[in-house]
Amino acid sequence: MERINVLICAGTGCSSSNSALIYDKFQEVLIKYGLQDEVKVVKTGCFGLCQKGPIVAVHPDGIYYSHVKVDDVETIVSEHLYKGRVVKSLELSDIDYKTQEKIVDIASSPFYAKQKRIALRNCGVINPENINEYIARDGYMALGMVLQSYTPLQVIETIEKSGLRGRGGGGFPTGRKWRFAAQEEADEKYVICNADEGDPGAFMDRSILEGDPHAVLEAMAIAAYAIGAHKGYIYIRAEYPIAVGRLRIAISQARELGLLGDNILGSGFNFDIEIRLGAGAFVCGEETALIASIEGKRGNPVPKPPFPAKSGVWGKPTIINNVETLANVAQIILNGDDWFASIGTEKSKGTKVFALGGKISNTGLVEIPMGTTLREVIYDIGGGCPNGKRFKAVQTGGPSGGCLTENDLDVPIDYDNLIERGSMMGSGGMIVLDEDNCMVDVARFYLEFIVDESCGKCTPCRVGTKRLLEMLTKICKGEGTMELLNEMEELCYHIKNNSLCGLGQSAANPVLSTLKNFREEYLAHIVDKKCPAHVCKSLLTYKIDPEKCRKCSLCARNCPVGAISGVAGQTVFSIDTEKCIKCGACFNNCRFDAISRV
Amino acid sequence: MKSLEELKKLKETAGKEMELRDSNKRYRVLVGMGTCGIAAGARPVLNRLVEEAAKHDYPCVVSQTGCIGLCKYEPIVEVFDREGDKTTYVYVDAEKAAAIFDSHILHNKVAEEYTLDAEERKGK
Repeated sequence: MERINVLICAGTGCSSSNSALIYDKFQEVLIKYGLQDEVKVVKTGCFGLCQKGPIVAVHPDGIYYSHVKVDDVETIVSEHLYKGRVVKSLELSDIDYKTQEKIVDIASSPFYAKQKRIALRNCGVINPENINEYIARDGYMALGMVLQSYTPLQVIETIEKSGLRGRGGGGFPTGRKWRFAAQEEADEKYVICNADEGDPGAFMDRSILEGDPHAVLEAMAIAAYAIGAHKGYIYIRAEYPIAVGRLRIAISQARELGLLGDNILGSGFNFDIEIRLGAGAFVCGEETALIASIEGKRGNPVPKPPFPAKSGVWGKPTIINNVETLANVAQIILNGDDWFASIGTEKSKGTKVFALGGKISNTGLVEIPMGTTLREVIYDIGGGCPNGKRFKAVQTGGPSGGCLTENDLDVPIDYDNLIERGSMMGSGGMIVLDEDNCMVDVARFYLEFIVDESCGKCTPCRVGTKRLLEMLTKICKGEGTMELLNEMEELCYHIKNNSLCGLGQSAANPVLSTLKNFREEYLAHIVDKKCPAHVCKSLLTYKIDPEKCRKCSLCARNCPVGAISGVAGQTVFSIDTEKCIKCGACFNNCRFDAISRV
Repeated sequence: MKSLEELKKLKETAGKEMELRDSNKRYRVLVGMGTCGIAAGARPVLNRLVEEAAKHDYPCVVSQTGCIGLCKYEPIVEVFDREGDKTTYVYVDAEKAAAIFDSHILHNKVAEEYTLDAEERKGK
């Protein structure tokens, strides 16, 4: 008789730290202790606490273990599962950043207490490879209700009234998109799920597909019923193998149960889904490029209008919704549009999933109601910057977004507020930067990404971003002038105003937003030839303070190019700046704080 | 599946298999599984409680704990309610466990005769 469920995170984060081996080890050790009939081990989706992974949860006790290693499995089985003694040393805990107190009850920790999980409701709860577990959590019930008692128009009205807006970046009202496509007369229409998640640092769509793939399939079927489509595509990048694998399993299970295919639940409605793998080009997240790619053409964007709702894939009316947007749909049908509309702010309803990354204590995935402040997300949930460093900025919206600073921390997060502050929601990446990040270097990083990802079709984007990157590189090398800065700013607006698609139109945003908020850092690079964050190597010199040097020779022994000279125990050491490659090895190794960067 | 009704039926059976993952129940039943408890026969008690719980769609959490500190009274079963009030049952065997389950968990009535209090009174 089963009495314990052990849930192991099998998302990409925990998989990369060996959660699959942990699963196997559990099976093996359980047999050794004769517990195989009492304990069920389940692979599940992301718990959100990627920083602390691999995570193992034990139910019904509600105990979470963090940083579990293969060697810890036997301890957990023999102590907790066999003798009922929780393994305290492995138990997941959180430190309250305000009081520095340890929190063991993870559900009441700020990390979870401030979250509201709608799109992620099944992630870390169900086994994504078992359709029955999805069904047990009201899965496909919304589709059943819609097919039995809603007209297509009623579905659209419900989604419209809920206030759901696209979670992939633009924030276009989902219901209105569906209405446009529903109004078109055509012999065939299409529903596309845009799973081409490409922003550096964003991984919420991948986690939803890995943790709750059926939620997306169900929503696509509901959307298809609403607009009159019978065929759907999921466009997903091949570099998400776990998500693709789970989707394949989910689709075949849904077909087996008759939840996809012909005459779904005896309603006469037919709908089926095909997976299309993308090669991981950022531009293919743009609707028209994505459509071209599905059709087997090169993934280049074309001017809009016509919008996809009129002429999309194969020239037929098409709606394209992002993964996270779709993950909300079934919940809206089940709980009602008023329920969804009661969450969030006036113009941004519901919740948003953010991928926290960069200089933050709790790297991971969080879902918060719209209107939560950045401060709550970064400090209460994220635990602030590690190692006591000072928060400098947070980059939201990926390469198309911008930076928000300390002054924006108390802004309630929603679509309009972020745009007003010079950034955007984007797909929900949040990269936190601290005092050790150089903002010019950050802008250069994003520009490098854009230059790589520009499809090359239009000149402002193809040539403009390349030139922009060159200018930024010059500034980082200390070769910048004030004229160059002015030219650069002008070029930014030129690229913004003249590019064909969203990629080019937003390509200059990282530069414009850092210029707006951190102009003094650009000036320090150009005028003083200094990098205040000590990142840009060309502007750095390492020096040894003869007063502080204890002649230990540790720096010289660590220098890879032999640039440091001195005799151990006899003379103070000094750095030959001509030879120095500014790798920082001496700085990191000095135990007496004698080496400084200027 | 050919109808919404069939889907609902599947949901019900599938739901039972996941009940174990819900730790928010009215009662929490803990069986002392320290060396003393296991030696005194706590394992059949635990097994019986789990069986009963499963039979009744898991109205409570059945879990185990280490030595409670009253080794001479083992096997010990503790029942906690939401308010944190605790009832301690002592010298439990599989039969008594089933009786305790029926009375306390299913009918919200403490099975007085098996409690620590009753046993202590008997001793006097």
